[in-house]
Amino acid sequence: MKFGVVVFPGSNCDHDAYYALGHVLHQPVEFLWHQSEDVSGFDAIVLPGGFSYGDYLRTGAIARFSPVMRAVEKFAHAGGLVLGICNGFQILCEAGLLPGVLQRNAGMRFVCRQVHIRVETTDTPFTAAAKPGQVLQIPIAHGDGNYFCDEATLAELERHHQIVFRYTTPDGREDAAANPNGSLANIAGICNKERNVVGLMPHPERAVEAALGSDDGLVIFRSLIESLTRRASVSA
Amino acid sequence: MLDTEIKVTPELAAEHGLTAEEYARIRKILGRDPNFTELGIFSVMWSEHCSYKSSKVHLRRLPTRGPQVLQGPGENAGVVDIGDGLTAAFKMESHNHPSYVEPFQGAATGVGGILRDIFTMGARPIAVLDSLRFGPIASGTTDKETVARNRRILDGVVRGIAHYGNCFGVPTVGGEVHFEPGYSANPLVNVLALGIAKKEDLFFAKARGAGNPVIYVGAKTGRDGIHGASLLASAEFTEESQQKRPNVQVGDPFMEKLLLEACLEAMQTGAVVAIQDMGAAGLTSSSCEMASRGGLGIEIELARVPQREPGMTPYEMMLSESQERMLLVAERGREQEVLSVFAKWGLDAVEIGRVTEDGLVRVLHHGKIAAEIPAHPLAEEGPVYQRPLAAPAPIANERLVEFGAAGAGLTENFRKLLAAPAIASKHWIWEQYDYMVRTNTLEGPGAGDAAVVRVKGTKRALALASDGNGRWCRLDPFVGAQLAVAEAARNVACSGAKPWAATNCLNFGSPEKPEVMWQFSRAIDGIAEACTALEIPITGGNVSFYNETLGRSIDPTPVLGVLGIMEDASRAVGMAYRAEGDVILVLDGDTKGWAVLVHGGGKEFGFALPADRAIDGATIAREFSSSEYARTIHGIVAGAPPAVDLAAEKRLIALLIALAGEEKLQSAHDVSDGGLAVTLAESCFASGGLSAHISLSSKEPDEAALFGERGARAVVSVTPENLGAVRQIAAQYEVAVQEVGRVARGEFRIELNGRIVISSDTPSLADTWNGALEKLLNSNRLGKAE
Repeated sequence: MKFGVVVFPGSNCDHDAYYALGHVLHQPVEFLWHQSEDVSGFDAIVLPGGFSYGDYLRTGAIARFSPVMRAVEKFAHAGGLVLGICNGFQILCEAGLLPGVLQRNAGMRFVCRQVHIRVETTDTPFTAAAKPGQVLQIPIAHGDGNYFCDEATLAELERHHQIVFRYTTPDGREDAAANPNGSLANIAGICNKERNVVGLMPHPERAVEAALGSDDGLVIFRSLIESLTRRASVSA
Repeated sequence: MLDTEIKVTPELAAEHGLTAEEYARIRKILGRDPNFTELGIFSVMWSEHCSYKSSKVHLRRLPTRGPQVLQGPGENAGVVDIGDGLTAAFKMESHNHPSYVEPFQGAATGVGGILRDIFTMGARPIAVLDSLRFGPIASGTTDKETVARNRRILDGVVRGIAHYGNCFGVPTVGGEVHFEPGYSANPLVNVLALGIAKKEDLFFAKARGAGNPVIYVGAKTGRDGIHGASLLASAEFTEESQQKRPNVQVGDPFMEKLLLEACLEAMQTGAVVAIQDMGAAGLTSSSCEMASRGGLGIEIELARVPQREPGMTPYEMMLSESQERMLLVAERGREQEVLSVFAKWGLDAVEIGRVTEDGLVRVLHHGKIAAEIPAHPLAEEGPVYQRPLAAPAPIANERLVEFGAAGAGLTENFRKLLAAPAIASKHWIWEQYDYMVRTNTLEGPGAGDAAVVRVKGTKRALALASDGNGRWCRLDPFVGAQLAVAEAARNVACSGAKPWAATNCLNFGSPEKPEVMWQFSRAIDGIAEACTALEIPITGGNVSFYNETLGRSIDPTPVLGVLGIMEDASRAVGMAYRAEGDVILVLDGDTKGWAVLVHGGGKEFGFALPADRAIDGATIAREFSSSEYARTIHGIVAGAPPAVDLAAEKRLIALLIALAGEEKLQSAHDVSDGGLAVTLAESCFASGGLSAHISLSSKEPDEAALFGERGARAVVSVTPENLGAVRQIAAQYEVAVQEVGRVARGEFRIELNGRIVISSDTPSLADTWNGALEKLLNSNRLGKAE
């Protein structure tokens, strides 16, 4: 089992994702340079947070054209597991691997703080180890996390249970005050129809050690590891 | 007109900010008249900002040595040994004037500049703190227009810091914000950055090896920021200063992030000999300083410099302050290894010259000599001034606080104080900063008295705090500066860390005014005395003079940044109360007037306040008149800062470290702005739900007892089981312990001398404290005051 963490110029949570996977969860993990055209040999790929290519033009808009993204697209279409965190989520949306867009926060300011998100579906390789409706405390740090899509897309997302995380209060109530950025329907993270690609704005890699405020993000990585183990045993 | 055709005259030199004597000195060094480019080079190198010509003689009095100090003042940043083969590089720098002219870019490039100073040393930046000062932002404090402008400046500065730090990927973990009228037309933006490097990976800006290539890396050179250092930072402001907006540089944090990664990677090749960032005075200072420090010369060809626009003159290129550029010296024959790293990161890297033996900085433009100056005299033999000092006249007939009828309206006043911008929660500001990136932040903003970041790969953590009180320094710069050192050190100790080294940022008015120079000199003496007493060496910093607009100086504002180390990161202490029923204690390093109690059986040790402790009413009134309470409630800023007792501070600091090390503390928070009452309440607010029931006894007037800001005190909470041990340890450290109450739920209540003087529902107090800043700043957007 091997994880790849993509490094775009301007990625700045790449080391954090690497540390969470390699040092906290003791998984084999390697950095993947943005110019790599080949991701074979990897079992799951993380697109980390940061400001890829300075996020000039629009968040994620330039990164989607990088050579590694062509390889990641192929990997995803072949069923490979892809996790986009923050800027990674933005890139997945720009690349069309996930529907919708991430707009400027409703408050027009960057927001960094702990938030609560509710697991809306455990039917993904990224949430299989969570309890349905489990509330996780995970931090956000973004200026453009305001998820939006048109009504038809939202209906599709709902119908196919593609909304993976929603912002809620600590006790799991979905209200406006719990929504830190104005996201449509309090959406914090979604998956594709095939459920192998997940993007979320909160940073689970920052929530893997209690000393840093929360280890609720572990359930996401553990789900991922268990899913990969299952896959490996099935294919073996 | 070509540069070479511009005739250099004494008048032109004066326009460049050079005095007649300085111009004569230039002619003596060169043995001829300088040409226009050379004049420009001298003017920036000898500007106050780059040469420290007015401050040098005073800065020598600061203690800069200690076994932990690997690099003191004089390099890009100070470096201290933090154990495990690791070092910490840290420094604070100001970007005040640019932040007034253009708040967003001014603050952003302030962050960029100090980050480059850190990674130039080979250290990866792991934390940033901001020490900010603005004019009043509360309605009614001054005219509407000024309030609206102050709010705009605050908003721009915060966005600028967020923009740069967040994108670069360094956590902004702490700092402080204060508001005083003197900063209305001259805000202060002081940024402290901390980086970590292995001892063997440290780099210095010292050229070596004649013949080695000089390589330019990073952003292209443009016409921005020309004379930023000499004109913006080295002269006071006038009404025309707003027209200097084009002198403010524009920052690109993405470029800086690439530069960071590329530089650290290039350094790892072993082919880099020296490296220096292009900050103030850009290409000029980086080339001159590297040559001078190495006792060598440098020759560069400007035609090879990557340029943003055509037709730039040597004068413009040498003085440009375009951001995100570095100059490095590589080992001859291995330049390709360096160049290929920069190519990988998509950055310009061009060999523009070489190190020479002749000691000259020679600047060529298309092969023709544009400037030729001896490096050492240019960099090191600039003017040094012993400027006249004069104590300002004492203020006659000061109005001091007259203590009101005891108990009247104290809850209401307390609530007002919690809403004062200086005391209210700053979460509106720090939530705009990414304070968690790099996953090291153990105590972020608002969590403890100091920010605490762990050092991955070790058990250790580093703590950082910055402090400075301009109001106190105006009343007494010597004591005010001592209190800044004491408070920053105390804050670090409250987190459980041992104060290890300090940096400073000294913000003052015009050094040409004897009163300002006197303030400066007294502040230096205060810092020197306090740092010596507390055994905290100063490893570097920055002086920012000419902080005045239309002839009015800011309050003298020395800001101290103290770095602390902690052997075991898991023992970091926060300010939040942890559990209902815990005992709340006031630790007081000042034991004068306390009787020593040694109870039988060796069970109880400690100090107790005898009932007949003398109270000096006149001193209390004077010291209380400089408090935040006096200003907010009585509209009085007068008297004197609280007397400082460095021995008491030292005892308290040692005790706090010992208690944290033995895991005896649930929380610790020092007594500072707003006094004991605010300190007690803030630990409730940080806990998110707990409260406190307090019972105090004091002979001081009620207001002074509750809101007085005397130092050397901290409020801690301990479990009932640990109380005895804490008393015993405190007795060993000769610190008085006063048991004042319990962590509770529900109402926040303070009883003083048997009477309830403050009582209120805790969530409503917390809301007041939490929402005050946001309320003020959002009203600006809606109200459009101008």
